[in-house]
Amino acid sequence: MKNKSFVKKNLSFCIFAVLAVLIILVAIFAPVVTGGVDPSAAVLKDALQAPGGAHIFGTDKLGRDIFTRVIYGARTSMTAAFSVVLIIFALGTVLGVLSGYFGGWVDAVIMRIADMMVSFPGMVFAMAIAGILGASVKNAVIAVALVSWTKYARLARSLVLKIRNRDYVAAAVVTGSKTPYILTKYMVPNVIPTLVITAATDIGGMMLELAGLSFLGFGAKAPAPEWGLMLNEGRPFVQSAPWMMIYPGAAIFVVVVVFNLLGDALRDVLDVRDE
Amino acid sequence: MSAKQLGKRLLQIVLVAVGISFLTFMITYLAPGDPVTTMYAAAGMMPSEEMIQETREAMGLNRPMLVQYFDWLKNCLKGDFGTSYAYHKPVATLLLDRLWPTLKLSIMSMFLMLLVAVPIGMAQATHKNSIVDYALRGVTFFGVSMPNFWVGLLLMLIFCVRLQLLPVVSSGGDFKSLILPSVTLAFAMSAKYTRQVRTAILEELSQDYVTGARARGVKEWQILWQNVFPNSLLPLITMLGLSLGSLLGGTAVVEVIFSYPGMGSLAVSAITAYDYPLIQGYVLWISLIYMLVNLAVDISYNYVDPRMRGR
Repeated sequence: MKNKSFVKKNLSFCIFAVLAVLIILVAIFAPVVTGGVDPSAAVLKDALQAPGGAHIFGTDKLGRDIFTRVIYGARTSMTAAFSVVLIIFALGTVLGVLSGYFGGWVDAVIMRIADMMVSFPGMVFAMAIAGILGASVKNAVIAVALVSWTKYARLARSLVLKIRNRDYVAAAVVTGSKTPYILTKYMVPNVIPTLVITAATDIGGMMLELAGLSFLGFGAKAPAPEWGLMLNEGRPFVQSAPWMMIYPGAAIFVVVVVFNLLGDALRDVLDVRDE
Repeated sequence: MSAKQLGKRLLQIVLVAVGISFLTFMITYLAPGDPVTTMYAAAGMMPSEEMIQETREAMGLNRPMLVQYFDWLKNCLKGDFGTSYAYHKPVATLLLDRLWPTLKLSIMSMFLMLLVAVPIGMAQATHKNSIVDYALRGVTFFGVSMPNFWVGLLLMLIFCVRLQLLPVVSSGGDFKSLILPSVTLAFAMSAKYTRQVRTAILEELSQDYVTGARARGVKEWQILWQNVFPNSLLPLITMLGLSLGSLLGGTAVVEVIFSYPGMGSLAVSAITAYDYPLIQGYVLWISLIYMLVNLAVDISYNYVDPRMRGR
């Protein structure tokens, strides 16, 4: 049984993969999990109820059920984090491969831009971009992506440079392979494994940055159920209703832990081939 | 670092600074919100179309973009970063007032971080793959995965609300108001840094001279503190400089939570109010601070590592 041995060999990876899939399923089937409660249904007479009874995580200042909002929040956080990682993965791969393969002025332009982006604090810039473009999840995604793609471009470039002058690439050129063919068949497959590992380990971090932006008011807008925003709404109630900030924060923490562990485990699984 | 290299680095910093200034200027220029309307709205006025046009003219917002940019850049070089729309004060004055509190907070949290990360990282490295190592690795892992604003709120809940040891609002500027914000910032940073200390020390411990010293019967703690630690300082200082970047971004969040009067909280309110000159000034200042600190780190190599001298 081939499958069985894979599970045995990569037990931790399988556990975290199952947990991650579970989280994703909870996000997709949020209406089922929460029993059909509307996340933005405000019942003012139920405002600021402590956890217990009908509301296991309590209610917020508008009487909305926090458990429901936390579950629905998984949708926003997950979609946003995956979008960022996907964008920077694609952008970084394309720019890095082009830069490494063609060299010359293409390389110079792309890498000077990348140099510039790493020589100042990215979060500060992301804050400015997200805030000025207007608070929305989409703009927060754009802002974080704009300051984070450089790592992927550098990685892809260095990997391409490693194989750029190998004999088989020269052979492909000599035998008349077209440049797009060489790029997609030789260069891209060579950089993908390493970049996938990087992307997997980045998901958690991106989630934290996006939640941070929302917390500052530069991401999701009220009344959206988003964890960073919920923490921000819970901030004035630290004294009277601490559950408003405890549960959304715990949700971010748990999800980030799972995805970070999954990323680490994936690295262990895939790195075997690299060694 | 030789004088030639130093010159090269300074030139690079100037180029990057110009690039950043252009980028920030571009975003604020292309931004959807109109500063004039926002300004009047903030003052509680409903301006007529004429008034808006007049004010735009007076503020120089009707000129071509590049002209505005070079004008702004020229003034920046003279130390004039414009006037804040919201505060009606020079941006330089506003930022300068908030600079010291933010620096104080950053230095304090760096100090706390080193206090935690260096001993723990070393303990992990010297007890590699033992239970201690695994347990501490688990702890640092959780530390990395916690959102710092959540940590801040939890600390506030525990120490200000439940135990009532510290003030909820840290606007006083005294030492007490510095404790929770800096602990919050140090928390996530030390988790990351501990891992790096562990790697750096492990790297050094595998060197031949360590085996040699052990063979000669030198005591383990002597090897550790007199040879291994000084030799692993180089990568550690480099990482310290780089982690300043995330620190400067992180202060904004923490300053907002604790109502701490630093540059970060000022910037957040400036962004919310579309106060363009203040935002531009903030991004530019922070970038310059970051680059200068990293330059200082590079120069410090000369003192830390004799091999770097005269190169």
